[in-house]
Amino acid sequence: MNAVPRQKLVVIGNGMAGMRTVEELLAIAPARYDITVFGAEPHPNYNRIMLSSVLAGEKQVDDIVINSRAWYAENGITLHTGDPVVAINRAAKTVSSATGLVVTYDRLLLATGSKPLMPPLPGLDLPGVVAFRDIADVEKMLDAAEKQQRAVVIGGGLLGLEAAWGLKRRGMPVALVHLMPTLMERQLDVEAGGLLQKDLTERGLHFFTSGQTEEIMGAEEGCAKGVKLTDGREIPADLVVVAIGIRPNVDLAKAAGLDINRGIEVGDDMATSDPAIFSVGECVEHRGQIFGLVAPIWEQAKVCASRLAGRDEAHYETPPLSTRLKITGIDVFSAGQLAAQDEADEELVYRDTARGIYKKLVIRSDRVVGAVMYGDVADGSWYFQLIREKADVSAIRDRMIFGQAYADTGCKGHGGGVNVAAMSDDAQVCGCNGVSKGAIVKAITEKGLTSLDEVKAHTKASASCGQCASVVQAILAHVTGEVVESKAAGMCGCTDLSHDEVRKEILRQELKNQDAVRSALGWRHADGCAKCRPALNYYLLCAWPAEYVDDYQSRFINERAHANIQKDGTYSVIPRMWGGLTNPTELRAIADVVDKFKIPTVKVTGGQRLDLLGVRKEDLPAVWADLGKAGLVSGHGYAKGLRTVKTCVGSEWCRFGTQDSTGLGVKLEKMMWGSWTPHKVKLAVSGCPRNCAEATIKDMGVVCVEAGYDISVGGNGGIELRGTDHLVRVATEAEVLEYCAAFMQIYREEAHYLERTAPWVERVGMDYVTKRVVEDEEGRKAAHARFLFSQKYAQTDPWAERASGAVDAHEFKTLAEVG
Amino acid sequence: MQDWIKIGHMNDIPRLGARTVQTAKGDVAVFRTSDDDIFALFNRCPHKGGPLSEGIVSGHVVVCPLHSWTIDLETGQATAPDKGCTRPVESKVVDGQVWLKLETAKKVAHG
Repeated sequence: MNAVPRQKLVVIGNGMAGMRTVEELLAIAPARYDITVFGAEPHPNYNRIMLSSVLAGEKQVDDIVINSRAWYAENGITLHTGDPVVAINRAAKTVSSATGLVVTYDRLLLATGSKPLMPPLPGLDLPGVVAFRDIADVEKMLDAAEKQQRAVVIGGGLLGLEAAWGLKRRGMPVALVHLMPTLMERQLDVEAGGLLQKDLTERGLHFFTSGQTEEIMGAEEGCAKGVKLTDGREIPADLVVVAIGIRPNVDLAKAAGLDINRGIEVGDDMATSDPAIFSVGECVEHRGQIFGLVAPIWEQAKVCASRLAGRDEAHYETPPLSTRLKITGIDVFSAGQLAAQDEADEELVYRDTARGIYKKLVIRSDRVVGAVMYGDVADGSWYFQLIREKADVSAIRDRMIFGQAYADTGCKGHGGGVNVAAMSDDAQVCGCNGVSKGAIVKAITEKGLTSLDEVKAHTKASASCGQCASVVQAILAHVTGEVVESKAAGMCGCTDLSHDEVRKEILRQELKNQDAVRSALGWRHADGCAKCRPALNYYLLCAWPAEYVDDYQSRFINERAHANIQKDGTYSVIPRMWGGLTNPTELRAIADVVDKFKIPTVKVTGGQRLDLLGVRKEDLPAVWADLGKAGLVSGHGYAKGLRTVKTCVGSEWCRFGTQDSTGLGVKLEKMMWGSWTPHKVKLAVSGCPRNCAEATIKDMGVVCVEAGYDISVGGNGGIELRGTDHLVRVATEAEVLEYCAAFMQIYREEAHYLERTAPWVERVGMDYVTKRVVEDEEGRKAAHARFLFSQKYAQTDPWAERASGAVDAHEFKTLAEVG
Repeated sequence: MQDWIKIGHMNDIPRLGARTVQTAKGDVAVFRTSDDDIFALFNRCPHKGGPLSEGIVSGHVVVCPLHSWTIDLETGQATAPDKGCTRPVESKVVDGQVWLKLETAKKVAHG
């Protein structure tokens, strides 16, 4: 494995650009280098962009750490913090640090970042004057805020405004001095800059625009006491923050004799004038341009990592840039040209002064070349996309200023009825993993993602339950400006065949085990993967119920261990209670088991069963054995199979009940228990239209009426709530059983693995379901028969098998104990 | 102090499956791949500590049962874009017997 000796990579600079490069490098060539990192600051690397949030009290320093020290250790990186490199010896290929360390390198990465730009002002070296660059600066500012002092910020760009706002949030009176008449004049036009100044003035900031600082005045005891402008105005202050910009930090590179202009000059391969030395980030100058925003720097990191990994094809090109301001509640967006530059350019402007909304698009030859937005920036990423793609907008020109949702009469921008264009950036899209729209948009734009799978991989959105996939898809379409077809994608990375195609081939070629499927259909990986194996296992089981031998290792742990894995690695056990009924013997047995095995929690589930939570895996067989003695069997509460049939008390007890819903629930459950299905299946039977069993949000629901039974299907009470569609009204219990079994079997045979009945019904259409189950009597009876046939093989109690010790005994025992 | 310790026969571990070994430093998951390679990792997913021994094994990776992180059996590294690593344990197979190089608590003799 390690025949090639590792090379030595030394990284100077422990900031965002350097560490992003290292992360990218580890991802593509983890074993190529022994890496040593020198950082001048005493901290592990942190997200400098978020310093303004720390200053504003919205985040703690710990929250903005990107990689902890443990990360460096885990990746075998030697980290020297608080020890800046002071010299590079290119001839000897060594670097020397302030504490005297000398480290040799094969490749050197300079990521020395930038320094605050300091104008030549008298008084700049007084105590109380700080820049806004690192954690130490923020600590000085917080200290001043605590002492209730007054602040002046010099600089009305992004950095200065964020500093001023943070200090204001900390309770300081803040004045801001800006050389130009308009705030953020490099990102905003006069109109938007004016709205910004108005908003911030209303929030209590004081502005001195067109204000040139002459000197920082000192008090007698030597501290800063104010700022004097050239027009004679004096502003008192105890803290003066200078935030007028940054300049590349090139001292070390210059001393080492590298080519320097404003920044360290690099080529498209991110190499400096010395081919063994690379450079990324704010210290760099590429084709005359220097960098202060993060998006181009991420791109540099990617290219640099590819080059360090020995790949020659990567070239850096500065992407178009867009700007946002991180002041809570103030929405500003700009990209490209800020204004028309000649007669050929046109401007589209939307202005709503009362609501504080302003939008401007700059158009040149039917293309958007610039966008400035204030107050409502929801469509910023769309405009940005139009700019990057140089899209012809003549067809949507009359509507585009109102946003994508209006401009597009087609379905773009809508996901399952959700207007993603109007959704705010902090709206949570993925509830399982807590991913906001903003995070998804950011990942798509920064990483150039183009598919749902990539978005899933990078953000985790829709990577758990997947219910938000359609919204994520819509966001993707919205940001990339392309209608992403929900084409029948391959099952997984092992094959391009769709679920439907695989199922068809299993039957047509009579493929009866997984190896046969994978070799006949040209799988890319001999073992398959964690996605396709459970699906194939199910498809084969459904196709050949009498012949296929279940593949234990292709089941998710819940089904393999016949209990539900919980967050701490313990399991939960749900005994079956037919139709929700129980009795004293069962309750006693459950109580005894809870005592005996010290089970911490007993919970009634939404499906009327008792859930015993926190059972240790090794106790499972014994727990099942004890429950089995009282006649309790597996409730399959862990299975992609029939879970529960919920009931109300019906005609037996209820004064409104029209039929014996409890009894019918038991009959349905006795018919269907043990069946494996594409996803979990839940049923309910209500005794009257009051519907106490909530039958109309189940996969199959029966509502008893005087005249018989209303059967409805395709309901889901999960994340995406869906009421059932009415299937049929029948007169007898026997018919209920026949129709339900037929529906279940057709779903079993035709749905995709992990597709619940609700999306399946929506995909194939209710007309199709009605045709198959209601109108085609012969087909219905045949499906009913096929279901009952497969049930002959499915209805064995897995708990009893395992409690006996005869099946899968190793699953519940450790192999050895050591020490 | 690390020692080679025999923990059982390869056939005690199901193909494409895992068994656990309890150690003073925590459980170690011992995996057997379809080509009968043996790998051992500390049994905690770098994400939220999920028991990797319960995951689905294919090729030389295991997918954590809690949140589907994919972990490389050889290195313990999470597959990009996830980041993190669980510590691998050195293993060898001699005559079908599986050996792990594990920390052993040396008893100190008193008196």
